This record gives sequence, structure tokens and C-alpha cells, in this order.
Amino acid sequence: MEAHPANLPAPTASRAGLRLPGIGTGVGGGMVMLYLSIIVLLPLAAVASEAFSLGLGHFWEQVTSPLAKKSLELTVVCSLIVVVLNGIFGTILAWLLVRDEFPGKSLINAVIDLPFALPTIVASLVLLTLYGNDSPLGIHLASTRAAVVVALMFVTLPFVVRAVQPLLLEMDREMEAAAASLGASNFTIFRRIIFPNLLPGLGAGVALAFARALGEFGSVLLFAGGLPDTTVTSVFIRNQVESNNLVGASAVSMVLLVASLLLLGCVSLIQRWAVRHDRSSSEFIPTLTKDVSGHGGGA
Amino acid sequence: MSANPASRWGLRFLGLGYLTLLLLIPLVMIFYKTFEDGISPPLDAVTSPDGLHALKLSLIMVAIAVPLNTIFGIGCALLLVRHKSRLNPVIDAVINLPFAVSPVVIGLSLFLLYGVGGWFAFISEEGLKILFAVPGMVLASIFVSLPFVVRETVPVLQEIGTDQEQAASTLGANGWQTFWKVTLPSIRWGVAYGVVLTTARVLGEFGAVTIVSGSISGQTQTLPLFVEKQYQNFNQTGAYGASLVLALLALVTLFGMNLLKRKEDA
Repeated sequence: MEAHPANLPAPTASRAGLRLPGIGTGVGGGMVMLYLSIIVLLPLAAVASEAFSLGLGHFWEQVTSPLAKKSLELTVVCSLIVVVLNGIFGTILAWLLVRDEFPGKSLINAVIDLPFALPTIVASLVLLTLYGNDSPLGIHLASTRAAVVVALMFVTLPFVVRAVQPLLLEMDREMEAAAASLGASNFTIFRRIIFPNLLPGLGAGVALAFARALGEFGSVLLFAGGLPDTTVTSVFIRNQVESNNLVGASAVSMVLLVASLLLLGCVSLIQRWAVRHDRSSSEFIPTLTKDVSGHGGGA
Repeated sequence: MSANPASRWGLRFLGLGYLTLLLLIPLVMIFYKTFEDGISPPLDAVTSPDGLHALKLSLIMVAIAVPLNTIFGIGCALLLVRHKSRLNPVIDAVINLPFAVSPVVIGLSLFLLYGVGGWFAFISEEGLKILFAVPGMVLASIFVSLPFVVRETVPVLQEIGTDQEQAASTLGANGWQTFWKVTLPSIRWGVAYGVVLTTARVLGEFGAVTIVSGSISGQTQTLPLFVEKQYQNFNQTGAYGASLVLALLALVTLFGMNLLKRKEDA
């Protein structure tokens, strides 16, 4: 391609004489791809290959077998309930951590990440003690679908809080002040100004939480158990491995895998959209008119 | 928005009540249940030969998986940020896969790859046992904890820019000198944050390891597997003793995360 000098792309770091180990030689890229292939890609390819090893018909038979279907339905329904609940409570918690002052706030802020740090099997054990048959609180949930929901609520709690929190921190409070001075109620301010601004973070957090909930295993295991009514998909897959139905386990795994990939795709779309959105907001006046008229209908 | 007192208290009640029921009471409960019958039953369980072996095995997982993923993570982040290539979006997507895949599916994938009839079955046939042995558990630990260092290092690398690295190169530093003296010191807190997350994930991993290890007491049991086995054997205090060790490590992790966040912001 003959390009006019002015049309050439801006020099990237490596072209401008930057020297870093493995950069620009192709060795670094090769090693990264090798590591990823051995650790991640080949194992997952083995699952895909096993899932379709007896043909498409058999794959479909496995995925739509009554027990597989039941576990998939249970997992999806519980995950949906969980992300709605954590979407609401996560936003409230983020708001408390950013806009409110109360004693012990920094401690609460640190504890939010506990589900990321605490092993899932420990979470399952302690939830079982707390809300199981010997519950000191008198709440008996063990081996019910409610237990699945509670376990998933525990492990996915940080996602929404941590996705919404930075957006609340950065949010321009002048807009809210302007709306309030124009007589908008708190609810209107939340609905028309705060909520639309939080939406990218909320969407990304909910999608990540959903992906995590779909595949969750350890926290559900002891608390919800493996009764026919409480067998989530990951427990179902484990059971199939133990009864040596590797094709069935792989087929259902592929369904989970594709669902999670779609969700992660959503997250990166949301993030790209948010970046574009953010760029436009550097011009103050167009953003203000856009936000007010765009989300407000005929204000 | 300045909420009126009533709605402010309402939100506090909802948010903090939710957090208390879901996180705080369970956390306190671990401590309470462990020492319910005194200090010796949980201590005996953790210091039993199987308990100590589980602890040792968990530490071996950390000792192998964390350094490997740290070196890979830094290298991969450098490549993604400092070297524009058509492969980058592919690498970026693959890095995220371990977050998207269920731990059980990860376990299954290794089971299929290294098991009888798998593509890498020849390794076991040559005498190096992968499944139901430490190598398989290490592979599972590496898989599940792969993204953390990359994910934490990439934004820091983007933020620091290339000015100092360019200056070092202009002054005649070679690649490694630039890396050790300029790049690494600027990204160290981001990397450390990733290392903390990686360690916590490796220590706590249950689903993937349980599939590939067979959870044989005193042989292929990490601490989380030990917790489950103790519970299955109706030894609650034993399960709680090991849980407490893991919970304390989780608290150290939280403390480390907070410390590093502050260092990063400073």
C-alpha cells in the first residue's frame, strides 16, 4: 500500500526504538501462545472434541436428557434471581460506600471482597451451618433451591458493587445539583441521572456475576447438596464424570462454556460502549443535553 | 442527590443488613464453630498427618502455580500493551476464558486431555502420572488462576506510558535493563495485587482440583478438599479447623489487597 507520509499510523512503542525483552522479536508472542495453548486451549478443545465425538445427534440427546435439562433450567433460573437481587443490593452497597458516611465504612469496603478471597467450600460449609438444619437463626434452607440462590448470592456479591462503585465515584454531582435546583425529586434524579450513568457498570457487573453463577460449584455443593431438585449444572457435570459418562459431561459443559462466552462478550461490548460514551462526555454541553433529552423523554 | 434521613436510614438498613446476613455472620461463624468445643479438637484435626499433608500440598500448589503465572502474566501484559499485533485480541479473549469456564469444566478438560485415550495420554504411559497426582492438580491450579496477574498489570502498564522506557532505550539500556530498572519498579504494586489474587485463588480452588485429584486422603488432598472430606466423614470440627486456616489466609489476602490498593493510589 502506497501511503502518504501524513496518513501513516502514529508510531507504536516498538517502532519508536523502545527496547523491552521479547517485544518485537516474535519470541515473546510465541511463548505466550504456547503457554495459553498448553494450559487453556488444548484442554478446552479436548472437551469440545469429546462432546461431539459420537455425533451431533448424540450431543443433542445428552444436552436435552431430562436430568441435564432440569439442571440447566435450575441453574439459569437461580442465576437470574441472584443477579437481579445482587444488582439491587450491590447498587445500594456501592451507593452507601461512596455517598454515605458511617462508622466502620472502610472495614465494610474491605469485607466486600471476602467472597473473592474465601474458598468456596468454606463458604458452603459455613452457610450450611448458619442456614442448615441446625440453624442458630432458625432459618432452614439446606438442600432446597433457596440454598442454591443464597450460595450464589454469596459468591457473586462483589461483582456489581465493584463495577458500580468507580462510576459513582467519578460521577459529576453538578448534574444532580442542577436537577435538584430545577425541582426534581430524589427518585427522579436517581431514575433520570444517576441510573443511566451507572448502567454500563451495572450491566458489566451483572453479566460477570451471571457468568460466575452459571459455573459455580464449591459453594453450592455442601449447602444445596445433590438432590434431584437442587443439582445445578456443575454438580450434574461432576456426577456424569463420576459415572463415567464423559460425552454427556462434555456436552453439557459446552452449553455452559458457550453461555459464559456470550456473557463475557456482552461485558466487552458494554465496556467498549462505555469508553465511547465517556469520550463524548468530555464535551460538557452536548452530553448534558443528550443525557437529559435522551433519557428523559419530553422533559 | 442528598437523600433525606428516612431513605438514608432505609438504604443503610437494607445494604448493611444484606451484608451482615450474607458475609459478616458467616465470617464470625467460622471462628465460633471452630472453637465451640475448645481449641484442641480443631488443632488435632489440622495437625493430623492428613491435615498437615493437605496444608503442605496446598503450599506446593502455590509455590509452583503462582511464580509461573506471575512470569507469564507480566510477559503477556507487556506484549498486549507495548506491542500492537493482530494476535492481541485473540490473546486477550483467551486470557479471560478461565473466568468464564466453570471449575468443574476445567477439571473435566484436564481429565479428558491427560486421561486414557486423551491426546496427551502418552505422558502417563511414559510413567509421569498426571491425573490423580500432583502434576494434574498443579495444571488445574495454573488454569484457574491464569488471568489475575495479566488483568492487574495491563491497566498499570497503560497508565505509566512509555516515556521513561523510551528514555532508557535512548540512553542505551538494553531490553532487560529497561525492564528491571524502569518498567518493573513502576508496575510492581499492580503485579503484587495480581499475585495476591492468584495466591488466594490457588489456595481456595476446589472444583477443578477435585475432579483431577480423586481427593485421596494423605496423597492428593489440598486443604479445601480436606475440608470436604472431613465434613463427609462427619468430623465437623475437623472441617472447621481447616476452614479456619483458609479463612485466616483469606483475611490476610483482604488485608494485602487493601494495602496494595492504597500503595497503587499513592
